[in-house]
Amino acid sequence: MVTGKILKVSGPLVVAEGMRDANMFDVVRVGRQRLIGEIIEMHGDRASIQVYEETAGLGRGDEVVSTGAPLSVELGPGMVTNIFDGIQRPLAKIYESAGPNIPRGIDVPTLDREKKWEFTPAAKPGDKLVGGDIIGEVRETEIVTLKIMLPPNISGEIVDIKAGEFTVTEVIGHVKTDGGDIVDLTLMQKWPVRFARPYVEKLPPNELLVTGQRNVDALFPIAKGGTACIPGPFGSGKTVVQHQLAKWSAVDILIYVGCGERGNEMTDVLNEFPTLKDPRSGHSLMKRTVLIANTSDMPVAAREASIYTGITIAEFYRDMGYDVAIIADSTSRWAEALREMSGRLEEMPGEEGFPAYLTSRLAQFYERAGAVICRGSDRRTGSLSAIGAVSPQGGDLSEPVTQATLRIVKVFWGLDSALAYRRHFPAINWLRSYSLYKDRLEPWYLSNLGQDWIDRMAETLRILQIEAELDEIVKLVGIDALSSDDRLIMETARSIREDFLQQDSFDPEDSYCSLKKQYSLIKLILSFHDKAKAAVDAGADLEKVVTLPVREKIGRAKTLSNFETDYPAISAELDSELEALAAEAR
Amino acid sequence: MIREYKTIEEVAGPLMLVKQVENVKYDELGEIELPGGDIRRCRVLEVNGADVLVQLFDSPAGINIAQSKVRFTGHGIQLGVSEDMLGRVFSGMGEPIDGGPRILPDKTLDISGTPINPAARKYPSEFIQTGISAIDGLNTLVRGQKLPIFSASGLPHANLAAQIARQAKVISDSGADNAKFAVVFAAIGITFEEADFFISDFKKTGAIDRTVLFINLASDAAIERIETPRMALTAAEYLAFEKQMHVLVILTDITNYAEALREVSAARKEVPSRRGYPGYLYTDLATMYERAGRTKESDGSITLIPILTMPEDDKTHPIPDLTGYITEGQIILSRELHRKNITPPIDVLPSLSRLKDKGIGEGKTRDDHKNIMNQLFANYARGKEAKELMVVLGEAALTPTDRLYAEFADRFEEKYVNQGFHENRSIDRTLDIGWELLTIFPKSELKRIKPELIEKYWPYNDDGTPRRELAAR
Repeated sequence: MVTGKILKVSGPLVVAEGMRDANMFDVVRVGRQRLIGEIIEMHGDRASIQVYEETAGLGRGDEVVSTGAPLSVELGPGMVTNIFDGIQRPLAKIYESAGPNIPRGIDVPTLDREKKWEFTPAAKPGDKLVGGDIIGEVRETEIVTLKIMLPPNISGEIVDIKAGEFTVTEVIGHVKTDGGDIVDLTLMQKWPVRFARPYVEKLPPNELLVTGQRNVDALFPIAKGGTACIPGPFGSGKTVVQHQLAKWSAVDILIYVGCGERGNEMTDVLNEFPTLKDPRSGHSLMKRTVLIANTSDMPVAAREASIYTGITIAEFYRDMGYDVAIIADSTSRWAEALREMSGRLEEMPGEEGFPAYLTSRLAQFYERAGAVICRGSDRRTGSLSAIGAVSPQGGDLSEPVTQATLRIVKVFWGLDSALAYRRHFPAINWLRSYSLYKDRLEPWYLSNLGQDWIDRMAETLRILQIEAELDEIVKLVGIDALSSDDRLIMETARSIREDFLQQDSFDPEDSYCSLKKQYSLIKLILSFHDKAKAAVDAGADLEKVVTLPVREKIGRAKTLSNFETDYPAISAELDSELEALAAEAR
Repeated sequence: MIREYKTIEEVAGPLMLVKQVENVKYDELGEIELPGGDIRRCRVLEVNGADVLVQLFDSPAGINIAQSKVRFTGHGIQLGVSEDMLGRVFSGMGEPIDGGPRILPDKTLDISGTPINPAARKYPSEFIQTGISAIDGLNTLVRGQKLPIFSASGLPHANLAAQIARQAKVISDSGADNAKFAVVFAAIGITFEEADFFISDFKKTGAIDRTVLFINLASDAAIERIETPRMALTAAEYLAFEKQMHVLVILTDITNYAEALREVSAARKEVPSRRGYPGYLYTDLATMYERAGRTKESDGSITLIPILTMPEDDKTHPIPDLTGYITEGQIILSRELHRKNITPPIDVLPSLSRLKDKGIGEGKTRDDHKNIMNQLFANYARGKEAKELMVVLGEAALTPTDRLYAEFADRFEEKYVNQGFHENRSIDRTLDIGWELLTIFPKSELKRIKPELIEKYWPYNDDGTPRRELAAR
């Protein structure tokens, strides 16, 4: 074990000498309190170490001990429903043992070492397996079955394997590797966070990730295995959108990384998720969720690690053949952590003080997402979708983190503070946002929702686009200058904005909107447009058409639960009211 | 044994380099003894081999490199706390300056604090009635929230903060809980007049007996300001989490704090981020603001109201910007409303309370609160847009509906926002004013209110006679 002595302390950066034999990216324990750190630079005998905990009280000569292993996470049963800090220490356990504040240097094993899990083998002695093959399973929660896989770097013949109750460290069997070694099998494996877990092959993402959010599913969809970002100034509802996606995305496992954000937000997730029901499984959302929290008052170096911790856990579940999503709020705080370390290392800064390698680090993170054929002989498929919030300074999208992110991700949900001031939520700006998955998803839409869905959504965007153009004219010369056709377009666009795009996250009925309901709703709104246009063309008074009582009902349609019966009723009412107007005109 | 060093090598601005020291720790508190016997304080910023870089809290004037002695105390900066602090005035570094005796500390705490475990937090959800409609009705404050006031030079943020401190109470429980209420006030580089305004307001209302004041005036050492808010928060944490009190912390002015931070950063020649502020400004502010909240271990709470002045009224300036990313909303004051003589000049549209949804509604305020809040916001926003259009095109160009909205916007500012600094409105009154204002619209325009609530709360019959009794105060 390499032991060195501290030479320099500057915030989270510690330089130690006597470290010549340590490896780059080894985890070290620093000082008497055995704070956790990681070697990030070597200069001859000296190692620069980023320390994941507050460094107050460290001084020259304090001992630094290398553990000889890179920063790794423990992967095994007990992660789902749990909350970890940036370097995967279990926060609930720490609270039990240390009280409401997080002390320094606390040592609690990540996965519970006492808890027994019921293991059911799927492999038998004599089976010749390759890395990634499933050897059995553990029921982690009511809805998550944890597949116990042969670690990716091991292949060989099963010597023995036992069913029964085991802790994560107990041996459940042995495998004889191709090299002839006998290796213990446990429910838990370890993986270094900075290395992507291997897979056989990446697939193009071509299946819709249903989120239940109308803006997203209907206008700017994300595919399973895709990447997306949500930039927005503060107060534009970034966190609420993230929480909505976390709640309702149709994934088997969700990893939520609170990276440098508010403590109360994590508490909110902790309180709320257990009370919400997953629309697909009927069980609480918490039963498929893993939380990683590095709140903004926690040490900044661990913020850098939290993103990697999250995505490694996500990859682990993807490897089992699950659809996984990771939501990171906010990647800007992660970039700032990079900047802080870079500054302390006295590196030459790039834009706005961010290190020159910011873009490549971001790209590496998002590139770990994707739909893949997993390791293992059954060629199962899994997907990992990555969604990152960006907090641009001053809401200015030209800043480095936003720009670097936009070059990588395929979906851009641009939040707009002007919409937020008008209480138009989610404040996703429909003119600026885009999704590059639309074309790729077309076959999926065709076979699952039909051509009409594609046409209606294109029509919706077209009307919104025309509205933006007409709006310019109205601002210059007033609404009277518009033809009645254009007036009607403005009215329909308003209805689309208010009755379709706005979605109340806090309304139990409206929070999640199924694809079927989304389709019925937009059909209802657009049918008003077509029918009203016909009526006006036939001589009905425009002012009367746009103030029909039924429009109020259309406005409340999104909060109705029995849309299958209610919408046709509203539609019939619309017909009869327009008929009455037409009769009047005659 | 504490050793003394006479090895000061450099003094430059707020920084000082001391050579050949032993066993000095990062973030340790040090004392410098001048030849005349004066004691100055400093803090270790960097340990580099046998040298340490320290930051001075007072002016370096009088420090003599050859004669001055430095000793290190073996601990970080601490504050002795006890319940006797209530009613007392301290300097920005925690020394009593009201002529009273020193505090006999019940505990001595490190002022940097430790992060609160998110698993131990209790989500803030208790409505605080401030008596101010623009806050209670639309941007509701809850216990344990951090809600800054974004102000600008010349705007009456002090009056607003004093009004909140004076009127804030919890209505759900009867007095007993309100009795355990305390204010911790930190003046960070503000003028004597402004500090005096607060102190005399606290005295006038008798609040001074349950207030702890930390005063760093504009004339005091700028660098000392870096510690003042942490002193205040340490005292607040003690009162809230050990003595189960509900503490309202007012920090004014954060802009001065950030400037002191920039001064140190510039002296250290760090790579600056925007506008010369250090890259770690976000982290630094967050370690302060995040100390607000509630935990499962205690009945007390810290509600934090930082006040900051936005340079050039610019919300995208790094200080308000980064603050907005950390805090749970913001109350923004508007120069335009102030000119129109609307007090308090709260610009409700960009203002926001993120925690309001958990603090309002049935059992907390009233079942119509959420709906009416959304409706007022939406209609006021549309009214403002209509008014903008009116400026360009003239009133005639508006549709009758838009004219109605424009009229609503004016009435809303006049009746709802404009209440003065001394009217204390109950939440029922605030909600009912909202209803009265909305009566200028036909019911069909009120899409954000559930029909059954309109049925329940609509104030007038069709013939104009009252349908129900409205709250008077």
